[in-house]
Amino acid sequence: MIVNYRCFNFFFPYLGLLGFRYSRAATVASPCGGHHYVTAPSAKPPQPQAGDVTEKILNQPLEKADFFRVAELFSLKDLFDARVHLGHKKGCRHRLMEPYLYGCRLDHDIINLDQTMEHLQLALNFTAHIAYRGGIILFVSRRRQFGHLVETTAKDCGEYAHTRYWQGGLLTNANIQYGPGVRLPDLIIFLSTLNNVFQQHVGIRDAAKMNIPTVGVVDSNCNPSLVTYPVPGNDDTPAAVELYCRLFKMTINRAKDRRKQMELIHGLSAPTSQIS
Amino acid sequence: MALYFTPLVSRLSGCHRGNFTRNCGSCYRACTLDFTSVLSQGASRSGDGSTSQTDRWLGDRDRGRLVLRGASVTSPAAARRPAASSGQPSQQARSLWQQLPRQLPPRTSPLSAKMAASCVRTVGSFLGKCMTCSSSINTVATQVLLSRQVCVSSALCRKNLAAAGPEKFTLEYIQKQVEEYEIGKRHLANMMGEDPENFTQEDIDRSITYLFPSGLFEKTARPLMKHPDEIFPKQRAVQWGADGRPFHFLFYTGKQSYYSLMHDLYGKILKIEKHQDRLRAKGLFSQDAQLISLGPSRWLTKEELELLLVETISTHDYDRFIKLMEHMLCMPYSSTEEEFVQRYRRLLEAQSLKQLVPLLEKDENGVAFSTAEGRRKTSDSSVILRDCGSGHITVNGQDYLQYFPVLQDREQLMFPLQFMGVLGRFNLECKVSGGGRSSQAGALRLAISRALLSFLSEGDGEAMRQAGLLTPDPRVRERKKPGQEGARRKFTWKKR
Repeated sequence: MIVNYRCFNFFFPYLGLLGFRYSRAATVASPCGGHHYVTAPSAKPPQPQAGDVTEKILNQPLEKADFFRVAELFSLKDLFDARVHLGHKKGCRHRLMEPYLYGCRLDHDIINLDQTMEHLQLALNFTAHIAYRGGIILFVSRRRQFGHLVETTAKDCGEYAHTRYWQGGLLTNANIQYGPGVRLPDLIIFLSTLNNVFQQHVGIRDAAKMNIPTVGVVDSNCNPSLVTYPVPGNDDTPAAVELYCRLFKMTINRAKDRRKQMELIHGLSAPTSQIS
Repeated sequence: MALYFTPLVSRLSGCHRGNFTRNCGSCYRACTLDFTSVLSQGASRSGDGSTSQTDRWLGDRDRGRLVLRGASVTSPAAARRPAASSGQPSQQARSLWQQLPRQLPPRTSPLSAKMAASCVRTVGSFLGKCMTCSSSINTVATQVLLSRQVCVSSALCRKNLAAAGPEKFTLEYIQKQVEEYEIGKRHLANMMGEDPENFTQEDIDRSITYLFPSGLFEKTARPLMKHPDEIFPKQRAVQWGADGRPFHFLFYTGKQSYYSLMHDLYGKILKIEKHQDRLRAKGLFSQDAQLISLGPSRWLTKEELELLLVETISTHDYDRFIKLMEHMLCMPYSSTEEEFVQRYRRLLEAQSLKQLVPLLEKDENGVAFSTAEGRRKTSDSSVILRDCGSGHITVNGQDYLQYFPVLQDREQLMFPLQFMGVLGRFNLECKVSGGGRSSQAGALRLAISRALLSFLSEGDGEAMRQAGLLTPDPRVRERKKPGQEGARRKFTWKKR
């Protein structure tokens, strides 16, 4: 190794020791997180094993497209029966929602349920993955009609809800509002993206500012641009909102159960205390 | 043992003009004189070995609240100071003052020890002389003085205090306070020669008033020793677990307790409505069934609700809560949630139950009589009401017509008897002293009403109370204030 060092310095004198030191570190680095061990091979620390198992648990769902089989939870007929396709009147239409509309009948906008199916499947899949990884999910809706329903849904999932007046700095000024070291939500689900005065909910903009992905049910009068996973659909009918709540609840519970299953399966081969 | 003294004026509140800048040449000398004289006192006293004296000056000055300790010499302010300056403030003061030439705190790194020594001496000799000083020495001296944790002027402290908001105490700190309180309670019991096991809060209060007699009028300014839970305001513990996930599902709203209460309340309303629908479907619904019987009670006030929720709420929120509660009470089958509602109601004490009825006695002739006293302004009166049937009235040995020549005073005297319709029935023997004619008449009226209570029923007593006969008049003469001509009247304002 010493001979190599001299030759290296001869050919690349401007690199200096620093460059060589880095490259040396690269060659010697063990696959277990950069620890430099000079011990006998028998004395292996148990930590890397738990890390492997956790990585396996986290990476396995990413191999399949629909690992949690969320597409089975709903069908087009369910959406139609829940009147998800009914949008607002033509005058209320938002320009950016035009691609998602099937058409307009007697001045009423009809949302394209095929597109809704795809978007809803993507959104549920994403929610399932977030819930699988133990992320914080926040349900937001400013519809007073469905506030209690949304809060109950969140409570049943073991996640969080905010159906009240949105104070300005809840996401952007979190350390002062809640206390230092607070953990922000990892996903925000908007069951209605408008607030009580038919303006876009402040949470959409704040989540975009704080790099928090959002899932939002966008009606024909909403702006879908800032929402990460928009789901074009009706947000006014009780049947539709109950359907969404039920779907999200089932997805999240399914993902959490799956996580527990995976931990149990892999936990048999490694000590359970190490796994988070 | 921890004792808490409420605000006293502190000598170390910075210069009299409130600033401690190097440019303040006029008051600089006065400020430092104060500071150095106090520190020298502290140094000399701490040579005796007693730390309590110095500690008194160096305690919680910034809030004016001083903490006197027995063994341990830490105060909340000292506990919150950065680690570099932690420890006993008096010792630090002593060490800084005496050891300043040798050891300086790391903040004064630009200065060497020697230079610091010369600075200290310069400062010491300088103070005796005139005020003009070179800016360099001034800077150095200011830096040296500012680097000492002991004396910090209020001008420097002021900004930080405003931004910090209400003071937050850690859980460990409160637990430590509780332990110290328990130990101190036992010491106090030993001191008073009582049993440490059965030493109640009343005993503590009694002992403290005995050991520390205070002539202060303001009761909250007197020394007190109470359980830390009563002194330190209730604060929320950390709301999330080790993984960062909050415990409450409405945490991200900001007002979790209040919104959770509203959520539960609305849930109960929905439950009642479902129950009603079920009964209607069966045909068993009746409109006038089982409204909640609340009794003499009132809703919780906003302050009480805030205490219950450990959270501040706005008046708007409180009004909405009350409205929703009232809405629930209006529903026919709300009696199912009675226990939930009663949690947010407080019993009203009936005012008439508080009246002390004087005893009905019988004298040698078998005549029933009762005695009562009354006060008004500076007059005191006592009245003996005899159930004779003649209607004679004597005041201080004189006939009432002679004692009270003015009709108004006699009317005041007669009013309780006339109100109850027992004008000719009783004999009055009155004694009154102090005050003027009107206040004497008022005192007598109150005494007569009280004496009458023992001859009347409960309903009549309640009627008297509602008429205002049993309420002592709280109005007294307001004192004259300096800078004004009277209690309210100001001096004539002159434009020029």
